[in-house]
Amino acid sequence: MPITEHAGAKLWQRRTTGRQFAIWFGWLLGVALFLYCWKQISDVTTWYFFWDAPRIAGDIGGRMVPPRWSYIDKLWVPLWDTLNIATLGTALAIVMAVPVAFMAARNTTPSATLIRPIALLIIVSSRSINSLIWALLLVSIIGPGILAGTIAIGLRSIGFIAKLLYEAIEEIDKNQVEAISATGASRWQGMAYGIMPQIAPAFAGITVFRWDINIRESTVLGLVGAGGIGLQLQSSLNVLAWPQVTLILITILIAVLFSEWVSAKVRHAII
Amino acid sequence: MLRLEKLVKQYKTGDKALKGVDLEVPRGQVLALIGPSGAGKSTLIRCINRLVEPSSGRIELNGEDVTRLGAGGLRQARRRMGMIFQEYALVERLTVMENVLSGQLGYVGFWRSYFRRFPQAAVEEAFRLLQRVGLEQFADKRADQLSGGQRQRVGIARALIQGPDLLLVDEPTASLDPKTSRQIMRLICELCAERQLAAIINIHDVALAQMFVQRIVGLRQGEVVYDGTPDRMTPEVLTEIYGEEDWAATRDKGAGDGHAAQAVAEGDAMAAM
Amino acid sequence: MSDTGFDAQDLARRWRPPPLIASARLRWLLGLGAAIYFALAIGTLEVNWLRIYEGLDRGWAFVIAFTDPDFSTRWIDIRDGLIESLVMTVTSTVIGIAISIPIAFGAARNIAPLPVYLLCRAIIAVSRSLQEIIIAIFFVAIFGFGPLAGVLTLSFATIGFLSKLLAEDIEDIDKGQAEAVRATGARWLQLMNYGIQPQVMPRLIGLSLYRLDINFRESAVVGLVGAGGIGATLNTAFDRYEFDTAAAILISIIGIVMIAEYSSGLIRARVQ
Repeated sequence: MPITEHAGAKLWQRRTTGRQFAIWFGWLLGVALFLYCWKQISDVTTWYFFWDAPRIAGDIGGRMVPPRWSYIDKLWVPLWDTLNIATLGTALAIVMAVPVAFMAARNTTPSATLIRPIALLIIVSSRSINSLIWALLLVSIIGPGILAGTIAIGLRSIGFIAKLLYEAIEEIDKNQVEAISATGASRWQGMAYGIMPQIAPAFAGITVFRWDINIRESTVLGLVGAGGIGLQLQSSLNVLAWPQVTLILITILIAVLFSEWVSAKVRHAII
Repeated sequence: MLRLEKLVKQYKTGDKALKGVDLEVPRGQVLALIGPSGAGKSTLIRCINRLVEPSSGRIELNGEDVTRLGAGGLRQARRRMGMIFQEYALVERLTVMENVLSGQLGYVGFWRSYFRRFPQAAVEEAFRLLQRVGLEQFADKRADQLSGGQRQRVGIARALIQGPDLLLVDEPTASLDPKTSRQIMRLICELCAERQLAAIINIHDVALAQMFVQRIVGLRQGEVVYDGTPDRMTPEVLTEIYGEEDWAATRDKGAGDGHAAQAVAEGDAMAAM
Repeated sequence: MSDTGFDAQDLARRWRPPPLIASARLRWLLGLGAAIYFALAIGTLEVNWLRIYEGLDRGWAFVIAFTDPDFSTRWIDIRDGLIESLVMTVTSTVIGIAISIPIAFGAARNIAPLPVYLLCRAIIAVSRSLQEIIIAIFFVAIFGFGPLAGVLTLSFATIGFLSKLLAEDIEDIDKGQAEAVRATGARWLQLMNYGIQPQVMPRLIGLSLYRLDINFRESAVVGLVGAGGIGATLNTAFDRYEFDTAAAILISIIGIVMIAEYSSGLIRARVQ
């Protein structure tokens, strides 16, 4: 205990001496780890470029303005593609994520020993891998294009939607499900009347939230050839057409802000 | 010792919570502030230590005008005023001892308080206070593990370790059951007597107030409408403070000692109105 | 229904669940709009069936590769890439947290004055609205190839995430506790240390661990544009159609993320 008696006086410390030492030691380890990692980074860095950075940044910045506004004509189609990639990808993900979520939730899984771990593995695999890497993989398999982007977004979103959804399913009020079962309802009826109404708002919220994120992510899928406005970004960067890059970035920013606004509105309406 | 002169608080919305309150509290006097919800009791108490900035008027503590103090001076003045809260307002993730010692924050520098190196005298005082409020063995418990009554005792110890001249007590019993409420009120009043502290106790429960204090001030819509001893609290006075109600019925029950708990409960019901 | 004993008038009544959208016209319009949109959107997919048919073999090869990943052929590359990713993760998370905490305090309306609040919110908005990969492209252009550009990218992205969520938590604190500390005559820093910090600490630890996890995943991506980490190795593997090596890398990433999630769950349960 942190309270000790010493020469008749009661002393108080926040922690016992041993615990205090453990904490200091933990900090020491943490700092050492950080310094070691920093050393690793520093060793492979050409510091000359770092100190030269402000000049280069200024140089690039100077080339980026003014944006080439006329280029906007060539952005409408890619923008439309971007929207489609995000929306269709989200739809694809929902179709696959809902069954996975029901298999992963403790209270609805058909088998906790066999199916639940598989569902959880699907979720963690999907979540661990960024949509750009999924896109890289799919471009390599089915060739560049919007389809690869859509599937990539879909695969990445399964884990996200399924994870949040199964957590929502696990948090439902059991009494309502019991009450439905008590009427003699079948397993599927129990889901439709006992579980679905409870998770519907969460489900809608998660979907819209993920759609918003997907708009963001689909703007850059083009960098690896998976369609959308990122293709234009990539080709403009390749030829160092900085004024075009500026315009594309502005367009992406507006698209992102727009999707965030839509998603916030819809989620607000649901709740 | 404490003198309020024409204290006004007007919120940005234009609502006047206090409309020129004059009040004088001598050293060692325990005073109960009663009144309906929204009368400005909480605002008055918070104006005195400027947790809420008063709009105009004077607050004199030991002859010093609190309203004119800068940040540093205000901190010094706050040390002289201990505050006890309705929902205890303990820092829940700190231990009881840390909570009590946080009453010393006005006296120690930042780094000392950051590393919890409080002066030994303060630690000894903290132990004495914990013993006095009956929580000695709880020093290393986290505040969120305590019951309501125990938390309020910690809150009292925190206020007292400041070495205050004045206690500002905001609804100390509103979250407690009738028995604990009485124990807490008794403790506060005993401690005030022991240490010659003045106190302003903001309280809903008229019966409880009458039981323990020497002076009652009634506040209605930001104005003092009653100021006197507890035994002069007639049904007419209560009507003046709270509005029309069959006060005689409550008072009669409250008079019989055996029904005291019931009277406390009814006081609570009254407060809800 | 007929045997439940309702009278004739009740029998004639029909019941349907009330629709989600009250106006029938709006309901139809929305449904039709959605149908048209999906038809158009699916039309733009331009599916090249021949290419997909060719791809099926490769797809199958990739699935097979997952059951038999090849760690050995490019072991040196994989090991160095993963270590670099981990090093970048640690560095960028630490730097990111160190910058995020003051910004979070500045972005909490209940403790920061308005000008500071607006400035901090603006920083957060910029950091959140730019994709990591775009920032990485610029940082590589400015600071040169290598992990430093990646570290800076991830640190910058951490600010938008951590500051925003932490600031929201600070805005949600129990005001009573902070008020009580203020009433003791505490100075501003003491108020932060006693009134705010204990309340937001569990959240800060949880968010930091979560961000550590995210930064690791993102460190695999910034490598695609030359900002260091495992991404470059992965990119090469895909370019050469070395699916067994790619599978090995992906499995390593998934494994590390699983370990990170599991241990962060343990830590979070302890600091409640």
